[in-house]
Amino acid sequence: MKKITKYVIADILRNKIVIGYTAFLLVISLSVFNLEDNSTKGLLSLLNIILIIVPLVCIIFSTIYIYNSSEFVELLVSQPLHRRNIWISLFTGLVSSLAFAFFAGVGIPIILYAPSATGMIMLAMGLILSVIFVAIAMLAAVITRDKAKGIGISILLWLYFSLLFDGIVLFLLFQFQDYPLEKAMVVVSAFNPIDLGRILILLKMDISALMGYTGAIFKDFFGTGLGFSISLAILFLWMIIPTWLSLRKFNKKDL
Amino acid sequence: MRKKIFISACFFFACIAVSARVIKAGKHQAYPSIQQAIDASVPGDTVWVEAGVYREKNIVIKKSIFLSGDHYPVLDGEHHYEILSVKAPNVTIKGFKLMNSGISSLEDIAGLKIYNVSGVVVDSNILQNTFFGIYVQGGKNCIITNNQLKASSQTEQQSGNGIHCWKCDSMQITGNNISGHRDGIYFEFVTNSIIWRNISTHNIRYGLHFMFSNNDAYITNVFQNNGAGVSVMFTRGVKMFNNRFEDNWGDGAFGLLLKEISDSYVIGNKFIDNTSGIFMEGVSRVQIERNEFKKNGWGMKIQASCMDNKIAENNFLANTFDVGTNGSLVLNSFDGNYWDKYEGYDLNKDNRGDIPYHPVSLFSVIVEKNPPSMMLFRSFMTSLMDKAEKILPSLTPENLKDDFPYMKPLPL
Repeated sequence: MKKITKYVIADILRNKIVIGYTAFLLVISLSVFNLEDNSTKGLLSLLNIILIIVPLVCIIFSTIYIYNSSEFVELLVSQPLHRRNIWISLFTGLVSSLAFAFFAGVGIPIILYAPSATGMIMLAMGLILSVIFVAIAMLAAVITRDKAKGIGISILLWLYFSLLFDGIVLFLLFQFQDYPLEKAMVVVSAFNPIDLGRILILLKMDISALMGYTGAIFKDFFGTGLGFSISLAILFLWMIIPTWLSLRKFNKKDL
Repeated sequence: MRKKIFISACFFFACIAVSARVIKAGKHQAYPSIQQAIDASVPGDTVWVEAGVYREKNIVIKKSIFLSGDHYPVLDGEHHYEILSVKAPNVTIKGFKLMNSGISSLEDIAGLKIYNVSGVVVDSNILQNTFFGIYVQGGKNCIITNNQLKASSQTEQQSGNGIHCWKCDSMQITGNNISGHRDGIYFEFVTNSIIWRNISTHNIRYGLHFMFSNNDAYITNVFQNNGAGVSVMFTRGVKMFNNRFEDNWGDGAFGLLLKEISDSYVIGNKFIDNTSGIFMEGVSRVQIERNEFKKNGWGMKIQASCMDNKIAENNFLANTFDVGTNGSLVLNSFDGNYWDKYEGYDLNKDNRGDIPYHPVSLFSVIVEKNPPSMMLFRSFMTSLMDKAEKILPSLTPENLKDDFPYMKPLPL
């Protein structure tokens, strides 16, 4: 299992895309911190990268990688190896290389320029989102044999999590605006890892605006140690459940 | 005639100077209790009080004397009494420590209460755990300076105001330090007065509460971490210069709440880390200039009921939202401020942007209408909507704009 993971990591690192991704993140974060006069604004620009670019790259790259290594996977399956081990090491390899790319590209500039609580939570959320979207990509890739379809599914999933979900939430908010929805919103946010991550970051970043009535409810929940642990647990579930589902599917799949 | 008055005045003061005595009170002095010493004095005398603890229930001053404490003698109200009552004009009280006044929901019990007299000076006293701190009713030309007021009650019902002035005129409130009261400084029907260099922090309700008090000024005060900030209501002719409004957090907490204010000036103040820097309702003809709005949730919330206000030469830095409003009617001018979110250009290099800045973002309008949507703040979709709105304004008030925004922050 270790060997396969090592091979996957080596293969991905040889692949120029991840190196390009790292360089791209590094250039953007360095320029963001150097161009803006205060680090808060720099963090703000980075927020968009973490919430949009990181999930997009993770989900697309992982999907394509899994499809491209289907022959390699078939080869491995023919060996006396557990399918479970193959799949998990594939996951571990993808996660560790993409998380490393994120850490090198965004983490180091954050540590250098904005080593505040906000910076740290952004770094943590970026890493967590990387893992979650690799997991979702593996689920998308295992669902169908057709590469084009699989990539389509993962793009749609990304679009759903980063855009459509929020649109639906906004629509519901205005449809049901006569009802007290503040508490419901806390629950709804658990259904989208990007939203959950964003709220956890905002609680550190825009604390004064969030101290309004709704914000106070968010703060009462997410700001406490218990709420924070619960939301971290939910993010953890977002990593586990797609991986587990994809693993179940992969175990039964006719390759 | 004038000469005669002058001479007689001179004579009068000379007489007072000649007749003034020093009467000493204290354990080792002629009068063991302060009240006895006061009773023995005549107007113009000094009553000097030795250091120590005095439990004399309510001390009433009915003569114009100078009451002076040596090394802060403690006057203890034993959680039951009003400690000092001033019922004569031109009394000076200096250097006492007043502790533990009574608490009542029927009467306004104070540490020190001034009843309908003028020319009273309250200088360098320490008040601890008083219900109301210094209470002036119907005072005129009184000076309250360099006092330390500290209370530690938890609820609004259990606490009074730090410095409370009611129906006063020409008051000077300077250099006091107030914390833990209901309102730090409370003004109702007080005119022609000044509040200068006070520090009002951690009060349960407002740092400064100000109603029906025309033509007052408050200058260089610090209002920090109060339950709901500072509230100025139903007043005209207020001058607010060079104050700091900081760390007032919560829904319904404002750095500065202006309600029904007219013909006033808000100049050179700093609003930092508040949920809303300024909240304005029914405000007209107020100049808001050379202020700094920094790291607030909303730099300014200006309701549609405000008109003819001039907001110019302010710095808006790192606020979540610069301006919020609740309608599309805009009768105020926002020209010539610095906004750090401005993305325009300056072709002729006159340090003024060439395209107008719209400080109200679509999302702040949405949040105003539907507060729970704050959950979507800074999400990809709302930023897209904000961008689209900037190009084609449809929901945000079109006239709320700065036609000549500065390109660089103003040196304030």
